[in-house]
Amino acid sequence: MVKEREEKKILAKEAKDKLATYGTDINLEAFSPETDEHPYQENLSAFPLSDQEQMLKAGVDIAAKNRSGTFIQKDHSVVHCSASQEGMEIMDIDQAREKYDWLHDYWWKAVPVNMDKYTARAELHQEHGYFIRSLPGAKSIYPLQACLYLEEDNLAQDVHNIVIAEEGSELHIITGCATGPHVKSGLHVGISEFYVKKGAKLTFTMIHNWAENMAIRPRSATIVEEGGLFLSNYVCMQPVGTLQMYPVTYLVGENATARYNSILIATPGSEMDIGSRVFLKAKGARAEIISRAITTGGKIIARGHIIGEVPGIKAHLECKGLILSDKGIIHAVPELEGHRQDVDLSHEAAVGKIAQEEVEYLMARGLSQEEATATIVRGFLNVEIEGLPPELKAEMDKAVEISEKSLL
Amino acid sequence: MAESLNKGETKMLSIENLRVEVEGKEILHHVDLEINQGETHVLFGPNGSGKTTLLMATMGFPDYQITGGKILFKGEAITNMPLNERAALGIGLSFQRPPTIKGVKMRQMLEICGKGDKNVESMAQSLDFDEFLDRDLNDGFSGGEIKRSELLQLMAQDPDFLLLDEPESGVDLENIALIGKVIEKLLEREVELHKGKSHKELKRERNKAGLIITHTGYILDYLDADIGHVLMDGELACIGNPREILKTIKEQGYNECVRCCGLNTSVLSKEKSKE
Repeated sequence: MVKEREEKKILAKEAKDKLATYGTDINLEAFSPETDEHPYQENLSAFPLSDQEQMLKAGVDIAAKNRSGTFIQKDHSVVHCSASQEGMEIMDIDQAREKYDWLHDYWWKAVPVNMDKYTARAELHQEHGYFIRSLPGAKSIYPLQACLYLEEDNLAQDVHNIVIAEEGSELHIITGCATGPHVKSGLHVGISEFYVKKGAKLTFTMIHNWAENMAIRPRSATIVEEGGLFLSNYVCMQPVGTLQMYPVTYLVGENATARYNSILIATPGSEMDIGSRVFLKAKGARAEIISRAITTGGKIIARGHIIGEVPGIKAHLECKGLILSDKGIIHAVPELEGHRQDVDLSHEAAVGKIAQEEVEYLMARGLSQEEATATIVRGFLNVEIEGLPPELKAEMDKAVEISEKSLL
Repeated sequence: MAESLNKGETKMLSIENLRVEVEGKEILHHVDLEINQGETHVLFGPNGSGKTTLLMATMGFPDYQITGGKILFKGEAITNMPLNERAALGIGLSFQRPPTIKGVKMRQMLEICGKGDKNVESMAQSLDFDEFLDRDLNDGFSGGEIKRSELLQLMAQDPDFLLLDEPESGVDLENIALIGKVIEKLLEREVELHKGKSHKELKRERNKAGLIITHTGYILDYLDADIGHVLMDGELACIGNPREILKTIKEQGYNECVRCCGLNTSVLSKEKSKE
């Protein structure tokens, strides 16, 4: 095991200058790698109100009433961690690695450590991250929440997260990433590896609330076994400097399912290169990738890639973009790849402005032009997500609503 | 008493010498029209004569550019007023081919129309449309469903003046009576026994007015209209009893209208070739 750890380190060192396939190259030296520790807080309400407000925007419930567990990391310190339901584990990943020898079977097993300079950096400079696991057959009553918070300006935060939904379990997670009110720039590299075991269900809702000059490079991958379901919802509606990610799911078991939904809004100066990729590797596997992108002046590259490797699989990709400013760009790149005759892959992409006809229709019913536009935009973002529990849908709606106010 | 007598004469809509262009082409050349409070008018005319253009220009759609003349509503000049302000003054229109708006639910649209203070459920039930409340607006609706959806929205909006563009087209026989009844109600024309008030009194107190485009005239089987017009090549050619006009059109086609307004018969052949 020690040997394996060392091998990962060697691979990481070799890849530390390896350029990523997509996204602007980031000068990693520009960010400070070290900072002071923050004190642990037993009580969430002990956080300053300004922090609480930022966390709320990222979907974190400070009262934690309707949560089965909470993990909060501020800069490089785990400042809160608690679980309130039997069968649900939530802890600092470093603690978890000490506690469970077997965790090395999950460490860099879905995401390759030498994928690019960012994964390499996460191995070489890792500061915590979370471990969340639902035990076999356990079902989370309320979602568990995790928040990665940056309070210091110009800091680099490199975390490694592992999530395991054991056989027959049901796990719902909301994670929010946010920055303190005075943070202008910073780097966040987050490695997330998800494992959905036989017959398990994992829903993962991630809400990003970054700052204008932040550089964000998450690297995530999911392995879904027989009959498992992975549902990923991603919302990023606040300004961000540069954000590039291309999470991937491997459906390795029969009848495994993956669904990705993304809601992206790029404000002026924001640059997002975001995609989802699913490999369908077993009979009966199903996948759906849906994204809604709006630009008010920023640039969005919305990617999607479905790879059907075996017969009897079905997948669909849908990408819709709304351009609300002539300065904005939306570039949709849907890719379908079939390796066998009996695969059913489809896609639908549309990019354009709001239809004048729709605006006028609503105006004829008494809405002003602004109100009509807002109603259409809200409808555009109102994605119906199959299998998403109503309370999570409510959280997502809340995040969308908060951002809409500043958008419209 | 004098006031209530006058009421029947109050002008709802006055259109004077109206000229309208669509995509640079003049469609309405000269239209004069007056509709009083409580009156329902019916508009006949061959395809392409400008019927829909007249409705759209009255509602205020920017693609229907008014190049001459004026429109007064309840005495106020609305010629250059934006759509939503005309709606706020009490003009409502049923669309022939409304757009689908994804993510906006029928229920939400009715709340928009009724400004949130109407009982959406019971209104939808009256049009047998409650199953559609949680559907995306107009998404995959059939022709007849669109008609019901449009009338339901108008029911919530409750305008004083209704512009209805072929409300009966595409509606199956089963639903046409229902639609007729709803329009009757929207225009306050239902014949109901009322304690204390005679039919004459009720008629005098009627506020709503309407302008209805009809091709087939079927709607007249369910609704009494006061006045009929024929629009020919961008001009109103005839004014009269709607049933008489319909009878003439049914028996003679629009040829008689052509003769009435001294137009060249090429007007009709031109329209026919379009169809």
